[in-house]
Formats: sequence, C-alpha cells, structure tokens
Amino acid sequence: MPKLTIDGVEIEVDPGVTILQAAEKAGSEIPRFCYHDRLSIAGNCRMCLVEVEKSPKPVASCAMPVGEGMVVHTKSEKAVKARNGVMEFLLINHPLDCPICDQGGECDLQDQALAFGHDRGRYVEQKRAVKDKYMGPIVSTIMTRCIHCTRCVRFVDEIGGVAEIGATGRGEDMEITTYLEEALTSELSGNVVDLCPVGALTNKPYAFTARSWELRKTESVDVMDAVGTNIRVDSRGREVMRVLPRLNEWINEEWLADKSRNACDGLKYQRLDQPYVRRDGKLQPAEWSEAFDAIAAKLDGVDGQKIGALVGDTVDCESTLALKDLMAGLGSPNTDCRQDGAAVDPKVRASYLFNTTIAGIEEADAILLIGTNPRKEAPILNARIRKRFVAGGVKIGVIGDGADLTYDYDHISDTADAVAKIADGSHPFAQVLKDAERPMLVLGMGALTRADSDAILGAGYAIAESTGMVSGDWNGFNVLHTAAARVGALDVGFVPGEGGKDTQGILDGAASGDIQAVYLLGADEIDTAKLTDAFVIYQGHHGDAGAHVADVILPGAAYTEKNATYVNTEGRAQLGQRAIFPPGDAREDWSIIRALSERLGKTLPYDSLEQVREKLRKISPDFTHVDEVVTAEWEKFGGAGSIDATRFTYPVANYYQTDPISRSSKTMAQCTQDFVMGKTEKVTGTHG
Amino acid sequence: MSTRNLAKDQPDSFVFTDEHKVRIEKIIAKYPKGYQASAVIPLLDLAQRQELWVTKPAIDLIAEMLGMPVIRVLEVATFYTMFNLKPVGKCNVQVCTSLSCWLRGSNDVVKACNDKLGIKFGETTPDGAITLSEVECAGACVNAPVVAVGDEYYEDLNYETMSKLIDTIKSGNPPAPGSAVGRQGAEPEGNRTSLTTDPTQTAPMQDLAAAKQKHEDAQEAARKAKENA
Repeated sequence: MPKLTIDGVEIEVDPGVTILQAAEKAGSEIPRFCYHDRLSIAGNCRMCLVEVEKSPKPVASCAMPVGEGMVVHTKSEKAVKARNGVMEFLLINHPLDCPICDQGGECDLQDQALAFGHDRGRYVEQKRAVKDKYMGPIVSTIMTRCIHCTRCVRFVDEIGGVAEIGATGRGEDMEITTYLEEALTSELSGNVVDLCPVGALTNKPYAFTARSWELRKTESVDVMDAVGTNIRVDSRGREVMRVLPRLNEWINEEWLADKSRNACDGLKYQRLDQPYVRRDGKLQPAEWSEAFDAIAAKLDGVDGQKIGALVGDTVDCESTLALKDLMAGLGSPNTDCRQDGAAVDPKVRASYLFNTTIAGIEEADAILLIGTNPRKEAPILNARIRKRFVAGGVKIGVIGDGADLTYDYDHISDTADAVAKIADGSHPFAQVLKDAERPMLVLGMGALTRADSDAILGAGYAIAESTGMVSGDWNGFNVLHTAAARVGALDVGFVPGEGGKDTQGILDGAASGDIQAVYLLGADEIDTAKLTDAFVIYQGHHGDAGAHVADVILPGAAYTEKNATYVNTEGRAQLGQRAIFPPGDAREDWSIIRALSERLGKTLPYDSLEQVREKLRKISPDFTHVDEVVTAEWEKFGGAGSIDATRFTYPVANYYQTDPISRSSKTMAQCTQDFVMGKTEKVTGTHG
Repeated sequence: MSTRNLAKDQPDSFVFTDEHKVRIEKIIAKYPKGYQASAVIPLLDLAQRQELWVTKPAIDLIAEMLGMPVIRVLEVATFYTMFNLKPVGKCNVQVCTSLSCWLRGSNDVVKACNDKLGIKFGETTPDGAITLSEVECAGACVNAPVVAVGDEYYEDLNYETMSKLIDTIKSGNPPAPGSAVGRQGAEPEGNRTSLTTDPTQTAPMQDLAAAKQKHEDAQEAARKAKENA
C-alpha cells in the first residue's frame, strides 16, 4: 500500500489508485471535467493538474497512479497557475453565453471558472463556432459550447453499450457527433445531459423552461418501471419541470432511464382533476359527494362476491392497503394486482422478488435470462448486467428473442421449452450454471404471463435448486417485474382471497354478469371492453383506458403528488415524496378510499398516512426496513407440467409508452415516432 | 483546414476487388484475435486506392468487416487528412506549405501549379485528371519544397521544375521521384558546410583552458566597460 503526502496530509491508499482519487480521500478537491468515477479515464481536459515534487511538469492527477513517497501539492502556486492556464485555454473557444444557457447555475465550467479561473480572458481573436448536431428527441445540442471532455462518448460506449457518439476531425476541428447525425438509440441517452460538464448537451424537452435556482427539489422514487430508481423531482409552482437521478449505489448508481426522466411532461396532460359521474351515458363533472353518493347507491345491497377490485401498475402501497381493507369490509374476495395475470406465488415472497438484488448482479458469474428483455423492461438493471459483462468472466444465456441487449450472450432458444431442458439438465447451459459459483436466473413477465407460466415458474424453481443457485447469502432466483406497484401490492396481499376471482376472472365475470361492480385503482392495462356492462369505479390520475369505461371517476394523485411507499422488484420499500399538489380536486389516493369507506359505512381504521403505514408495517417486514432489502425465505413454489415450444410475448413492446403518464407525454410520443414507428413504417411528408 | 465531413453525394455501394480481399485477409491476420479493429487504417487506405476517395458505403463495409461501431471508423477517416472524403482526380498533387517548404519557396511551387493547371487548392481540373491539394508537413523537410504525387515524393522544386513536373504528369509519364536538383538522400545543397574533415582522422582536441580564459577575459572586459560607463 503506497503512502503519499497530499497537501501535507499523509495518506495510505490501495496501489493503482490515481492521485485524484487519493486526494479525494485526503480531503483535497481537485477540479475536473473529463474524469468521471464510472467512466474510463481519458485525461484530455487537463483541469486536474497538480504539482508533484521531483516531477518537472504539472501532472494530470486523474490519469497518474500514486507512487510510494509522492509529495503532491494541489494548492501550490505552480498547480494553481497551471489550472488557471488550462481554464483560460478551455474558455478560448467557449462562448460566454451563460445567461441564455440551460446549464447556467449548475454548470461545472461556470463553477470551476469562478473557483480556478482568471477574472478576465486575454483572447481577442475569432472564436470557433460549431454546427449543432441532431441527437434525437431527448438530447439537444449547442456544440459551440463543447469542451471535448468525451464523457458522452465514453458513456454511450461503456455504459449505454451502443457506441453511437464519436469525435470526428482533429485538433481545433474536433466535433462530437453521432454517425450522420442519427438519433441516440440508447434507453439511457438522457444521462449524457447530466454528464456533460458544460451546456453542450442539454435536456431537449426542458430547454429554456426554467433556471435551476428557481426549482424546488424533492427527493422521490420513480414508478415508470419496477426498478425503483431514486429520483429528484424539480418543480416550479404546480408544475414538474424535470426529473433527475439521485445517487443510490444499490439501485441506479447515478443513472436514470429515458422514460423516467422525460415522461414527466405527461403529468400535465389528460389529467383527471375533478370527479365525474356517468349520467345519461356521458361522463359529467361532479362534486366529491355526488360521486360518493353514486357509488353508495350502486353498491347498496350488492353482494361482496359480485364486486371486484384491480390495482394498476403505478399504485402506491398505502392506497393498495386501503382498497384491500375496503374490499374486505364489503365482503369481496375478488381482488388482484396482477393486471397481466403474472403467475407468481403470492404466498412465497422469494417467488416474486429479484432476490439477487440489483447490486448483487455484479457478483454473479453466470446469468440466465428467460422471457425478458431487460433493456426495455428495466434499462437501469440492464446497465448493471452490462457492467458485469464488461468486467468479464460471466456467461450470459438468453431464452427468448435474440434482441440486442447491449452485451453478448449465448442465445439458447427462441422458444420457452428450453427452460424445461435446462431444468432437467439436458441443455449444456445447465452445466454452465452448475459450474458457476454464483449463478442467477431472471424470469421476465414475458415468461410469467403465459398459459403455462406456472410450469415455467416451477421449472425456474427446479433450475435454482438443481444448479445450486440458493446457498448461504446468495439467492440467484429472480423475477423482473415491469410494474412499480406489483411487489408492494403482493406484499400487502392484494391478491384473490378465499374463493376470489383473479384479474381474468373479474373481467370475465364482468362480461358475464357475475361481477356487477369493479373498482379500478389506476388499472388501465386490461381489456376494458369486458367492463362495459359492469358498474366501473375508476380512481386514478389520467384519463386513460380505465377512465373511459368508468361510471364514476375519482381523481387521484400521480407519483409526484403524494407521499407514498413503493416496493421495487428487489423487495426494497422506498418512500416517494410529494413534489407538487395534485391538480384541481384530485386527492391523495389512500385518503379518497378512506373517505369513500366512511360514506359506505365501512369506515377504515386510520385517519392519517402514518396510521396507514403503521398497519403496513404490521403486514410485512419490508415496510419497517425502508430502503433495505429484507431477504425472503426460500420455499417451494411453482407447478409442474409441460412447457409449450412457443415464443414469448414481451410485456414492453414500446419502451416509451407503458403507462398512463408516458402515454400522455409529448416527449415520449416523439420518441415512439422516432424509435418505434420509424423502424417499422416510414413517416410520410404529411406527418408534419 | 476545416471540419471534414462525408461528401453529400455518395455512391450506393462499395465492394473490395478480389485482389484487395486477399490482401485484407492478410492484413487482418496480422493482428491478434479480438483486435481486428487495428486494421482500420490499412483497410481505409485500400478503399481509397480503389475508389480514389473514402465513400460512405466503404466506411459502412469496413465497420462491418472489422466488427466496429461505424462511428469509430468515421472518427479515423475524419482524423487523418490523408483520407479523401470527397471525390478527387486520378492524380492528387499534394503541395506541402508548412514552414520548411514555405521558407524554401513553396509559394512559387503553388503558383506554378495554379498557373499550369488553372485551379486552386481543393479543386480538380475539369477533365478530372488532377486534383491540387494543400497538405501539412510531408516529412521531407531536408529537401524542401516537397510535392507528393500519389505515393511519390518530388523534392527541391521551384517554379520551373514544378511546371515541368505537371507537364509530365499530364502526358502520363512522370519522372522518377526524388530531388529535382539531383540531391541524394539528405545531403546539403552545393558543398558540405559541416563535417568537412576526414572522418577517418581523429578530430583535433580543443584547447578548453584557452577557451575558458578567453571567455573570462571577455567577461572582465565587459564588466570594466560597464563600470567606466
């Protein structure tokens, strides 16, 4: 372990660590542009120059490994002067347009020019100007501002896994561009905006709408997929202006998927901001009391067996619990949170969790993906698998479509029957899993929403058992959910009770008349055509599929508008916080159900959010351990039977539009146009 | 020099000739497995030799052959100015105008080209035979000014010799490459100005003591002169 002195502080660090990292440990801050913790070292901005004794020239600390007995000065006259000069060079071709730059106020270059630069420039000659490049609907470019740190180039190459950005030309003529200015196809492309230390790459939908210091920042949790990405919601007044990632090493590191980042404009459109009641076949605005009266009148005297309730994909745990209790009060066992009918075993928690945990992927040495396309279903999680792949020494096998997942894998089979072959050991990949020290498998919703899914789940259990996936503190059995609400609702127990109907049963019942009333809590991903004859109560925040068939609409709050608990696919409970208030008469969802319960004479026993959470904690241990993963007990689950040799149907056909919020988002519509439609059908001139 | 981009008008396709395909196999085989990307420069060069310039279909094809992202090939092609990204004439006359050549009269050479061909830098003669381009240091400063025609270097040029060279190029039988004044290697023009003694004889020892005395005397004299002033 080399010992060195940095600014008079003696410090011992691991060999191979760079001076910059050692200085961070010693408490000396070194400015940098091109260096980034999670990217490879480029060493091209020269901002991190420091003085090293016995070295004739200043040293780029980001690229220089520490040596025994080094004496480093980061604040000496020589070091300060060197960085001063570098800053002056960087500013030579940088337009000083901070007042009209979106990065202004949160710009590395601005901050470091203030801290490490001159108070004036000496350059009076012509500055260069660079033509802006098209990079797709998410990233807007003002390339004259670029200082060529190449962070974006390295990000899309190393983490995004699609080498689409590059630096063409050389010297003064170097330009950052995509090949022939095509749009970035990575689902993580928005992160280059965060990485850009200047205002060259900025958030396109957010462009020129706000200044960073006007925004109120709220730490929350994303619900666009089941990963539970930690986000920061930046709002101004009653509007969410943008969503940024928040550091969480266990889940998203510091990345954020494009849908989670840019679907926030969907929060402004198609909103339900007041109750509606269907009168004379038309939905008409109503007061809360009228809406409740209409429900009470309809439910009066209806047998609980004839009432059903479904929970949607972005619903929080508190309102799920409230609805469950209300349904219990009404005597209805017909409750389900699996709109897609996912065949997980609600009784065995390990059967529906991503047990390995997302950070745990980095320890796996063999990965089997079954019926899942993590790139579309959970881009953040896919980035973790890619990180593991890049580190080397891992075998990845895929049963399903041979989609581009941004890493190489053995394509075992297109069809599902290969799962059985691995379970009985007749396929060679079973041996790979057996030989691995820490093997893992991931069952996607594509595999669990089929007619033979119970058998696939059973085969998954068999694979886990036969290849030693569960041993000690390692559990390699994983289910990758696509719905943020799913694990929380399963933990709460929002599944059919004794003799109760599941999603399909409720829908069929509504069509046949066995079910007279259906309560949809944010449930839109169902066949609503079957609900036309039933009395439908829709509680949610967007006028989507569910609201269209509703007889009573109760306006609820979106994820940015309520304090709520979500459990991600790992089984990690996290608290989302309210950034803005719900629009109009809309209310937080659990309180709507609480108020309705009183009107129906089945008053729920809680009056505050804290009391609801108190009850949650009694139900499942994960609600007590917020932000932690509570390891699930490993028990037998899944059924037997044959698995059909058919292909999987994937839950996410269009990554950019999967829920009511993203379907209402203009940005996501644009992305759909560019990335999904553009690939299949050519846009004609009349499309604008 | 300005930003180098791909030309607007591009051919629809590109295929290497059979002869080049054989060479490519040999070139790729030179590099260890997994490092085929190292062959990108030779392949771009072959593509240029075949079509005289690097076309977009060629870039796409090379990226596919080497398993590289196409942007990486574009980076290389735009980095090296020796790759022509726009169509050029059959004969590319590349005049060096960097410092050494300029000091030795590259302006005259340029003028000869302009007069003889009637075109400026970056232009091609109307018959498509000759392109005139300005290049940075060609690396033959000893015999400046230098002009590279295709792979051959013509050195020690002036207005007259350059004009003659163009005539011969036009007529299709260019002279042997090398110095126009008959210099061999990097020898000096006219007589040698250094290393004039017989190298087989030991060089006489310098009288260092005398040299030191002379230097000190000079300094002393300068000091005294300063005091007097």
